[in-house]
Amino acid sequence: MLDALFYIFAGMTLVCGGLVVANPFSRNPVTSAMFLVLTIVSLAALFVLLHAFFLAAVQVLIYAGAVMVLFLFVVMLLDVQEEEKRRLRRFSLVSGGVLALALAALLASVLGVVPVTDLSGPGLEGTTAPSAGCCSRITCSRSRSCRSCCSWPWWGWCC
Amino acid sequence: MSVGLPHYLVVSALLFSLGLLGVVARRNVLIIYMSLELMLNAANLALVAFSRYHQQLNGQVMVFFVITIAAAEVAVGLALIVALYRRRHSVQVGDFATLRH
Repeated sequence: MLDALFYIFAGMTLVCGGLVVANPFSRNPVTSAMFLVLTIVSLAALFVLLHAFFLAAVQVLIYAGAVMVLFLFVVMLLDVQEEEKRRLRRFSLVSGGVLALALAALLASVLGVVPVTDLSGPGLEGTTAPSAGCCSRITCSRSRSCRSCCSWPWWGWCC
Repeated sequence: MSVGLPHYLVVSALLFSLGLLGVVARRNVLIIYMSLELMLNAANLALVAFSRYHQQLNGQVMVFFVITIAAAEVAVGLALIVALYRRRHSVQVGDFATLRH
């Protein structure tokens, strides 16, 4: 169930993000802003799936509320009619596509290096129960013995 | 295969690539700003995923500050865009090339 939700919202994020960048039906910046709202809301849903409830709320409030209002205000303050007449330049589109593909390949190679089998870890949708022996909830759950991870400046430095 | 950290990282990488494509390919300053927001959000997603995986809140605190910075950056950037538009009557980056010799 949660996996299906992840795939739905991840696909929605990527599709709407693509429509922000290059919408084949409309060159109007208002359309891009609306799709950016959809992207941000589905990202907030992904945050909820990651158990980051406060960040999801902040994301919707600040991005979809404040930043988008600012964007729409400026878009409508400026002249968008002249914008639609301009064509996308083929060279910039091709070079941008090549650059983005190169970056995606680089990130994919980095992700390939990461030992995925070793990353099963505590499980993303599992419980947040800390491992035995740790005195704080904000501790590394994989640590065998927590010597220094519970005192304040060394929270993350688990053993 | 259940959804884990790599899935979120793949989504984050793809979203970042989309934002980069928008910054490079588009000519409208407003769309470029929206693509910048996409890239910031991709980084935020990776941070939250790592934070969840490691069961630490450091990543979420970082994301909170990134959101704050992004909001301030948008306010400053859009003010700059409005000021530029009042001088040049355009929002195309090609028209802002007067610093070039």
